Amino acid sequence: MSEPVLSTHGLRKSFGALTATDNVSIDLRRGEIHAIIGPNGAGKTTLIAQISGSLASDAGRVELEGRDVTSLGTEARARAGLGRTFQISALAMEDTVFENVLLGAVGATSGAWALFRSVIHDRNLTDHAMQALERVGLAGAHRTRCADLSHGQRRQLEVAVALTLRPRLFVMDEPTAGLGAEGSRAMTAFLDGLRVEAPILLVEHDMDAVFALADRISVLVYGRIIATGTIDDIRASEEVREAYLGEPA
Amino acid sequence: MIGERYVNGAVLIGLIALPLWALSADEVFTITLTTRAAILALAAVGLNIALGIGGMVSFGHAVFFGLGGYAMGILAFHAQTFSPLDFGLFALPGTKSMPVIWLVATVVSAFAAWIIGLLSLRTAGVYFIMITLAFGQMFFYFAISWGAYGGEDGLSIYVRNSFVGLDTLMPIQFFGLCFALLCLALLLQWRLRRSPFGLALNAARQSTERVQSVGLNPRQLKLLAFVISGAITGVAGALFADLNRFVSPTMFSWQLSGELIILTIIGGVGRLMGPVIGAAIFITLEHWLGGLTDFWHVWLGTILLAIVLFWRGGVIGLLTGKEGPHV
Amino acid sequence: MRASRAEPGTGKRLMPSILIIEQILNGLQFGVMLFLMAAGLTLIFGVMGLINLAHGSLYMVGAFAAAWVAGATDSFILAMAAALAAAAAAGALTEILVIRRLYSAAHLDQVLATFALILIFSEGTRFVFGSFPLFLDVPQQLSGSILLPGGIQYPLYRLTLIGIGLLVALGLWLLTARTRIGIQIRAGENDREMIAALGVDITRLYTLVFALGAGLAGLAGALVGAIQSVQVGMGEPVLILAFVVIVIGGIGSIRGAFIGSILVGLTDTLGGVFLPEFFKLFMQSDAATQTGSALASMAVYILMGIVLIRCPTGLFGARA
Repeated sequence: MSEPVLSTHGLRKSFGALTATDNVSIDLRRGEIHAIIGPNGAGKTTLIAQISGSLASDAGRVELEGRDVTSLGTEARARAGLGRTFQISALAMEDTVFENVLLGAVGATSGAWALFRSVIHDRNLTDHAMQALERVGLAGAHRTRCADLSHGQRRQLEVAVALTLRPRLFVMDEPTAGLGAEGSRAMTAFLDGLRVEAPILLVEHDMDAVFALADRISVLVYGRIIATGTIDDIRASEEVREAYLGEPA
Repeated sequence: MIGERYVNGAVLIGLIALPLWALSADEVFTITLTTRAAILALAAVGLNIALGIGGMVSFGHAVFFGLGGYAMGILAFHAQTFSPLDFGLFALPGTKSMPVIWLVATVVSAFAAWIIGLLSLRTAGVYFIMITLAFGQMFFYFAISWGAYGGEDGLSIYVRNSFVGLDTLMPIQFFGLCFALLCLALLLQWRLRRSPFGLALNAARQSTERVQSVGLNPRQLKLLAFVISGAITGVAGALFADLNRFVSPTMFSWQLSGELIILTIIGGVGRLMGPVIGAAIFITLEHWLGGLTDFWHVWLGTILLAIVLFWRGGVIGLLTGKEGPHV
Repeated sequence: MRASRAEPGTGKRLMPSILIIEQILNGLQFGVMLFLMAAGLTLIFGVMGLINLAHGSLYMVGAFAAAWVAGATDSFILAMAAALAAAAAAGALTEILVIRRLYSAAHLDQVLATFALILIFSEGTRFVFGSFPLFLDVPQQLSGSILLPGGIQYPLYRLTLIGIGLLVALGLWLLTARTRIGIQIRAGENDREMIAALGVDITRLYTLVFALGAGLAGLAGALVGAIQSVQVGMGEPVLILAFVVIVIGGIGSIRGAFIGSILVGLTDTLGGVFLPEFFKLFMQSDAATQTGSALASMAVYILMGIVLIRCPTGLFGARA
């Protein structure tokens, strides 16, 4: 079997007395969607922050395609191929939808050190950005200011920006939240097709989406992974049942 | 509501027309006032790049204004006293040539901005404001205690510096130079804002995480913007010193840093012509209110308070009906 | 506010150890007065999240009130009480009229509005009192010097300032650590909604904290006014040094403000005296004096730079 695109080894993070993640070791293989589920406060967002580099770990390692990136910051991990979407949108709210994806295109291609070239006259950049918008179905809204978008549209835009990076893997924090039934189905279908381009580490509350998409599921409870496996494995797992339903099986 | 482009055009035309009219009406003082406005506008264009696009609330831009001023003062002082500038290992002659002075002003301010930026950008928010303010004060006291160049009394330069082919002693010609540099800086600001760098910098003001997650380093973006910003304000300082033929530590004062922020806000922060409109209004207020009362700062303060509490888009926001960037 | 560097009656060529102790005392005096400013600033930022440039104006208001009352009544105690009351009242009034509209505003708006307040306060004071400095005398009972152990003659008034500063520091510590209102203040730093939900009148609490900070600034202005002249614009240099203190100590931390104040006071005072002497060891006298005093003028900022490199949020600041 080929080496995993992403793997973590014994990640830990505590805030004072609270241990948010503890000895988390997971991996993400080529072509798969690996979902992380768990009750609120289980440490999912902390884990994503540790993986994407915005939070330094107290212990453990993160490897991207076999390369140790533990000491790298967010931007270096993004350049190494990690495409992240945020749970609470981190968009440039005053800018238009198009400007936000353009930023992704700039980050992915030329970099931002061109001081005098016009962005909007660079066909490579604009085409690249527009394509990403078309793929998530936001092309029609490209002139809209982000602040005027609905929550669902912001999720779509988050995904579009990540697409412009052409990442080696995606790390997505609740991409279907706030989309409504219709939008959620469309996003699920889109993510379903995306896994062949790059595998997705998916944190999601919407169990319908998880069961529809995930090749494997890891269950995070109190900062620890209590089970990893296929949907059927997880359904059959006694630990999971206990953690979720509070009943000894 | 008026398109921003028309407002911008009208402002530039007004800025040329006023001194030309003054020339024909022999109102030399008006030319000098307009020159002052153009120079302050240039300094504020510098600030606007850091503040309006990059969101860095620098309360220390007087540092660069003062460094530009002293670059002019020191070079011209050595030229007028025919004494070389002694660097220990080697010595250089002074100069009265404006282009050389501008170049030195640019390099020195850019270097200072790089150092100050490196330190200040380790922090953000209120810390950044306080630190830039503190560095401004450091240069202020340094200039006061450095006796070789006049200390507290400053340096007088007897004759305005020269520019090939021009008679800089003619007020209108000196205005022309200042105006040309202002236009150049505006062009630079406009190009920067539309470039990949400007796009990323503008995004860094709004969301650090966003910029990082597309693989760009927001601190480096801001640092470069701060350096460019400081360099432009430095050139303005050299011109300002040339206008007055005098430099003193007050060019480093925190009040000046504050006034540059005020200018930019009154005009419209982050807008291309914001600094120009702001400078024009500021000079007008200073001249007009200052003529009515010795205590015109009370009124300036009241106006400023009203703008902050009720009227955040500045003049351009009011004219165009469009909200500007939030800093 | 700066301790004057050549004290009358303390010749320069005394025993170095006496000189050093004397200058350390001067630095302490400077430091504790800075602390009165910095404590208010850091409290106001910590509790309300507001950066207040007009804090220097309140320092000035205190000094003017004291000079005016001292001129009218000849009583130093009344003058100090007037300074506290005037600055606290001015602070409360500004808080109610302007400042409370700024708590949720961007830092830039806070900076601009409080800068506008400086302009209004300064020019207003100039309008009322004129441009000439006023003088506030050291009271009879506190004038002159006393003999400290070790044979050091030291001005009694400066020693009193150190005492007052330390008392205020102790009082503030007791207030925040031991009293009901202190608990509310600390709760307000952590969670506004929570303490509002607990039924504390947060609007009144904020006005109170602001007035407290203002009163301390006014007291500092009045105390220092007696060893310096009282004039418009006296507050801002002190304000900016107080910012340096806060950057060093960490925003929101009273303990940080105290440590930072003492560090800045000592660095500035000792640097001003000893750096020129130090350069005389290997330079010509003139050049040494110039280089030394130029470097001394930068010393506290260099200190700030070093602290920033080591810990960007200050010595006692919350980790970002």
